[in-house]
Amino acid sequence: MAVTTIERRKERLDRGIKVRTEGIYALSSLEEVSYLVLPRLLLILGILILPLLMPSLYWNRVISIVCIYALLALGFDFLAHFVGLVSLGGAFFIGVGGYAAAILNKYLGLSPVFTIPIATIGGAIICTLLLLPALPLRGVYFAIVTLMYPLTLMRIIEALNIFGGTDGILGVAGFSNKWVEQYLIIFIVIFALFGLRRLVNEDMGIVFRGIKDNDQSVRASGLSVTLYKTIAVFIASGLGSLGGAYLSHIYMWSGISQFALDFSVIPIAATVVGGGSTLVGPVLGCFILVPVSEFLRAFGTLRIVFYSVILLAFIMFRSEGLMVYAQRKYHQFERWVKV
Amino acid sequence: MRYVIGSYASLLSLMDILIYGIINSFSLALMAIGFTLVYGISRLPNFAHGALYVITGFAVWWILNKLHLNYFIAIPLALILMGLIGAAIYRFVLIRVRGMATSEIIATYALGLATLEFLRWRGFKGMTYTLPVFIEGSVDIGGVLVDLQRIIVMAIGIVVITFMWLFTHFNRTGLALRGMAQDEHAAMMLGIDSDWMAIIAMAMGSILAGLSAVVLLPLGNIVVEAGYNVLILSIAVCIVGGLGSWVGAILAAFMIGFLQIITVAYIQSHFQMVVALLAIILTLILRPSGFFGRQKELEERV
Repeated sequence: MAVTTIERRKERLDRGIKVRTEGIYALSSLEEVSYLVLPRLLLILGILILPLLMPSLYWNRVISIVCIYALLALGFDFLAHFVGLVSLGGAFFIGVGGYAAAILNKYLGLSPVFTIPIATIGGAIICTLLLLPALPLRGVYFAIVTLMYPLTLMRIIEALNIFGGTDGILGVAGFSNKWVEQYLIIFIVIFALFGLRRLVNEDMGIVFRGIKDNDQSVRASGLSVTLYKTIAVFIASGLGSLGGAYLSHIYMWSGISQFALDFSVIPIAATVVGGGSTLVGPVLGCFILVPVSEFLRAFGTLRIVFYSVILLAFIMFRSEGLMVYAQRKYHQFERWVKV
Repeated sequence: MRYVIGSYASLLSLMDILIYGIINSFSLALMAIGFTLVYGISRLPNFAHGALYVITGFAVWWILNKLHLNYFIAIPLALILMGLIGAAIYRFVLIRVRGMATSEIIATYALGLATLEFLRWRGFKGMTYTLPVFIEGSVDIGGVLVDLQRIIVMAIGIVVITFMWLFTHFNRTGLALRGMAQDEHAAMMLGIDSDWMAIIAMAMGSILAGLSAVVLLPLGNIVVEAGYNVLILSIAVCIVGGLGSWVGAILAAFMIGFLQIITVAYIQSHFQMVVALLAIILTLILRPSGFFGRQKELEERV
């Protein structure tokens, strides 16, 4: 085979618009403002309009579930790509939040207005306290411990037969209005998404990334690594618990299946598909994966096979994910140049 | 593992605890040795280990019942198949994500999950699928009735552990594998091929997973859940024992094995898995390098 030299190569140039870097220039022309604002507006409006386009009760339910997964995926992406803690235990956060809300509602008779905030904060505190001893662990070991937590809690609840045992807690109060149920969670997701995006670019976010890249340097700067990791885990587990509490109220039920694998696997798949470290990617990933899984519900556990295969394919062949790819296309010119 | 000892949970004397503890420990060691091998040598957390275990069971069952071959031809055939599958997993999947710890876990876990859930979807569950025991009958040891299959588990456990020790200490390939585990760069400078060693490790790990399945599955039904349990128990043994430490892994198998039996005897059989899970969590938190691990792993973990 004759050796051919490459005659052309692809050149990538950043778009020469100042809005990409500094804020104030964005106001200098309408074109640049729209360059910055349009993608965000498109996302927000898209999510807001979605329930109106599909007003049936079934699809509203699906959108709510998508949003719950989106919260989890946001937490996963935040922990994994900004703090360096890979948590395989999304189900742990969901389960704790879900059980907390169900217990508060069923045994103490509180209405969802109170149970959801209390379950969010309380669930986050419980998860953080339980994960506190595992925080010094790195990479694989943190992942293994977090993978074990939901399994352990599930088996303990099963073995002790507490909180309704394998039947779960039935008769949790639902939402009175389906539009409230729908839009509350949508606003929560949008708020969480943009809140986290803001957070990771603040000073605290820089410390988080410092911990991910080199925790010794953070320690050398006189900052407590454990404190910052605790804050990060608190935020992520709060998002998860909120999702769990919401889930309990939507289904009016809470049980050990809230500790099931789905809640650990789908957010990871969504993050890998959507593109890690973008925060938007995981949300979009959920909007792609979860509805497709609804179509496959008739096939039972084949859904999990489907996710796993997508996950595997993306991690092997397209590990950057859709959003990173899209952002690159949006922010850069590409052209072929002669070598 | 419930099926290994479940039926005996009610009548446990001290002698029962001793004998079933030893048997349970050997089963754990058998299950975990493949996982430990792959993890210790190529630093690949093979989360598809449990899936490989279950696949072997079905492969043997299929060869036995669909191809109507002899049991003792079916077993080697299935084991060779597992070796090929293991090598293929490394060659086609893991080689692409090598070195990215998170991706390795996610990729192998996804692979295992896909396999197990696919089998579940195909209806491989319940009491339908069983393998015959090797030899019928039972013996009386100190007043405790033990069936011969469990004796075989012990015997094969001893044989496998001895073989692995000899292999990694006196065989050229085995020594190369150990060299890889101790210092990858030095080993590569001496002309040991990293990828080739990882392929061998994965193939052997899969064969060992298959072997444990062949020996242990006749004691119960072939169920998909066993895949998850085997994975958890293997991780437990591997972590409690400390990585790359054979002695540690075997001692850990005994620790967890006896703890499980004692739990069954004095608390409740439901807590068996809880014990293994708590062992993982507590070990990582209290002594991250494992009970018999060395300094090198400590740096990696904390």
